[in-house]
Amino acid sequence: MLREIGLGSADDLFRSIPADVILKRKLEVTAPQAEPEVIAGMESLAAKNSAAQKTSFLGGGVYSHFSPTIVDYLIQRSEFFTSYTPYQPEVTQGTLQYIFEFQTLVCQLTGMDVANASMYDGSTSMAEAFLMAQRVTRRDKVLVAETVHPEYIEVASTYTKHGDLEFDTLGFNSASGRVLEDDLAKIDDKTAALVVQSPNFFGCIEDLDRLAEKAHEAGALLVVVVTEAISFGMLKTPGACGADIVVAEGQSFGIPMSFGGPHVGLFACRDKFVRQMPGRLSGVAYDQKGNRGFVLTLATREQHIRRDKATSNICTNQGLIALAATIYMETMGKQGLQEVAMQNVQKASYAKKRIAELDGFEIAFDAPNFNEFVVRGPSEAEALLAKLSSEKRILGGVPVSKYYRDRPNDFLVCVTETNTKAEIDGFVDALSEIR
Amino acid sequence: MTIKKVTSHPSQNEALIFERSQEGRVGYRLPELDVDETGIDEIIPAELRRDDDLDGVPEVSEVDVVRHFTRMSTWNYSIDLGMYPLGSCTMKYNSRLNEKVARIAGFTNLHPLAPEGESQGALRLIYELQEDLAEITGLPGVSLQPAAGAHGEMTGVMIIRDALDEKFGEESKNRRVMLVPDSAHGTNPASASMAGFTVKTIRSTDEGLTDMEHLRELCDQGGIAGLMLTNPSTVGVFERNIKEICDTIHEVGGLVYMDGANMNALVGVARPGDMGVDVIHLNLHKTFSTPHGGGGPGCGPCCCTEELSKFLPKPAIVKDGERYRLDHDRPNSIGRVKAFFGNFGMMIRALAYIRTHGDTGLREATEAAVLNARYLAAKLEEDFERPFAPDPMHEVIFSHKRQSRKGVHTLDIAKRLIDYGFHPMTIYFPLIVDGAMLIEPTESVGRAELDDFVDAMKSIAKEAQEDPDLVIGAPHTTRIGRLDEATAARKPVLKWTPDMGKQAEAAG
Repeated sequence: MLREIGLGSADDLFRSIPADVILKRKLEVTAPQAEPEVIAGMESLAAKNSAAQKTSFLGGGVYSHFSPTIVDYLIQRSEFFTSYTPYQPEVTQGTLQYIFEFQTLVCQLTGMDVANASMYDGSTSMAEAFLMAQRVTRRDKVLVAETVHPEYIEVASTYTKHGDLEFDTLGFNSASGRVLEDDLAKIDDKTAALVVQSPNFFGCIEDLDRLAEKAHEAGALLVVVVTEAISFGMLKTPGACGADIVVAEGQSFGIPMSFGGPHVGLFACRDKFVRQMPGRLSGVAYDQKGNRGFVLTLATREQHIRRDKATSNICTNQGLIALAATIYMETMGKQGLQEVAMQNVQKASYAKKRIAELDGFEIAFDAPNFNEFVVRGPSEAEALLAKLSSEKRILGGVPVSKYYRDRPNDFLVCVTETNTKAEIDGFVDALSEIR
Repeated sequence: MTIKKVTSHPSQNEALIFERSQEGRVGYRLPELDVDETGIDEIIPAELRRDDDLDGVPEVSEVDVVRHFTRMSTWNYSIDLGMYPLGSCTMKYNSRLNEKVARIAGFTNLHPLAPEGESQGALRLIYELQEDLAEITGLPGVSLQPAAGAHGEMTGVMIIRDALDEKFGEESKNRRVMLVPDSAHGTNPASASMAGFTVKTIRSTDEGLTDMEHLRELCDQGGIAGLMLTNPSTVGVFERNIKEICDTIHEVGGLVYMDGANMNALVGVARPGDMGVDVIHLNLHKTFSTPHGGGGPGCGPCCCTEELSKFLPKPAIVKDGERYRLDHDRPNSIGRVKAFFGNFGMMIRALAYIRTHGDTGLREATEAAVLNARYLAAKLEEDFERPFAPDPMHEVIFSHKRQSRKGVHTLDIAKRLIDYGFHPMTIYFPLIVDGAMLIEPTESVGRAELDDFVDAMKSIAKEAQEDPDLVIGAPHTTRIGRLDEATAARKPVLKWTPDMGKQAEAAG
């Protein structure tokens, strides 16, 4: 081939690169490994993740849920996973149709009018919601509850620090764990959005109806953040409560925890804001013969058309993970999404009651919970949890002090449908023994 | 000449899942609830619960779901089916080995908030990939947190912003111009805008290179924060003045960001760090073969000079003796750009790719990718206009100039390619070429497939002269024809509703 195009050697391929920037040595990476060697190397690394083998009550934005077997099988069809963004609709109808189904399901679960084809994750979805609220309202202040996932707040502050967006926080009621009523007075005619998470980082379910009312009174938007998507199967939808934008982490819909990614950000809003939305949208279109198909639409919002005036810089999103979530939602269906939500609530409620009965332990907040709640222990949570892990092989929760320094004894416990009664009982016994 | 339809599709009418739903069907089973049940009102009061019985959510069986998605999948073109020559997208083979290792339970079951000491394997994997990417780019500071290319770009320009603010203090306010070539990806100006920069566009020369005179002129106007440059450029040409370009920007106090979308032309051959580039993003879902997945997930690592590394997102993943840990104590960091540590599953796949190829294989892949593009350039320039003279690297650009005289445009050629069994190339990008066709074969095709592609393109060129309507009406072999995108955007239907069928009928 080289000869045929008039070249003498492989080095000639790179003649257009100036000699002084050519790398004149081999890269210092491993020598090529054979398939069994690569597998062995990866198995050995994976084996060092002892946490992956323990009974776990970790939540806080990433959850252990059962995923029907067909989810991972179907996403491995070559036609899905080795396909590109569906820019050529005639040969990507499979992708475009599942995106359309994904958008529909997200609308049904959140109670919103329109949803996009996905964002990177819950945290970046929320950051984009801040920017969108600013565009929609032309106001420059966002009020965010302290009980929104702290890492989400960190991401949003990075995204917004070079715009003109001001950022203020709302505290929480130390008895209920919900947004502090008094702080709602901070909402004023400069507020673009009130941003709350429900269930919040402490697992407490917020009174969204009330918060929507307060936001709307001042002409602000209500942005609702959800990290535990399974809660959509039971809780009153943010849409029904009056939310204007809903952002969520979709990992609970059949996606492995995978050390934090890839997961999938859900993003939904009211119809009237659709042209201010970030991200891709799949919509119905017809060909000349009247066949129904789907295309990427309203692209004039996006970077490849609008460049520096685009609603977002996002291009690649989480396509295949959105597919996994779609398969999950459809397989579980109307009944399964409700049952799995119910099992989470019942199991968490059982664990909460049993832990509350233990000497030295109490439940930190009294608002209703979904599948997470904060336990206040008799001593520093970090040390207690470390002991629980080393002696009892149980990951008992996330120390709240990781994010809220003034709460040393608190830890966040998550109980899902994957935790059996025996595991919960074992956890409770272990807590009482090591305290 | 008429097209003979080779296959009749077995599942033309696969409906939306909502249209297949039947009351009472289920496709899952959970174990019976094993704890004592409490009345739900005692746990969550009714006013906080939904009361719509999830109206509209489908009710289907497991096999319904399997057939639904299997049928829809057959409407997609994919790398596993054949050559997917999308320029600037690097649609190379996605190894099944990478899929396998990413699914090892010790990775998939690992919670990101598990204690550091119990996640050592994952932290080490991230660290080792950081080291490899630092070596490949010649840029020692690496963060794997960004989730995609545009996210890595945003991270990179935010680093530039903070670095300039530190260096110039108050004066930095007058330094908010980001230079972007007219051939750049749309994400570049969009990302620059997110970091608070205003964009000025640099012209390209008639060779497809950065216009040095215009660059100097813009620099003389002052206020330069930096430059975002794709190299090789989006027309597939290496910026031979790269060092001079970087020097010019550095002389006026700016920093150089390189869009690494086209790194598949350089791995093992030349390193951005050796060219004077300060910060770059990579696309693991391009150069390092993690699957595109129909639009993601990606992973867009940001690599930078030692000097800029203190600005990288936090937490950093560092090595302390034999231990790996998260370093949150990074006062100069731009902050977090994503919860947790990024798209970890993609990192596993990319590291498996690097290990499989190794030092020699990475370079060989680059050679093959460039050779394949050069081969196409040589074979197709007889039939299609090549707007730029310099030798292409890993991708080659043509235009529809010769075909458009007969009324056949780039879009038609792209659609006609589908009838020949290929995915179309990237079209109408970059914007500086009228009717651009950007072709990137990657290293994952052999000569026989390249020759098939050349034959298809030559045949289309002939059709454009002899029977243009055949090309203009393409594709002829797909389940649906060209869709009316204008109406779709004017009256957007973005979700299924029970009355959707009736609406469509009413609209005719």
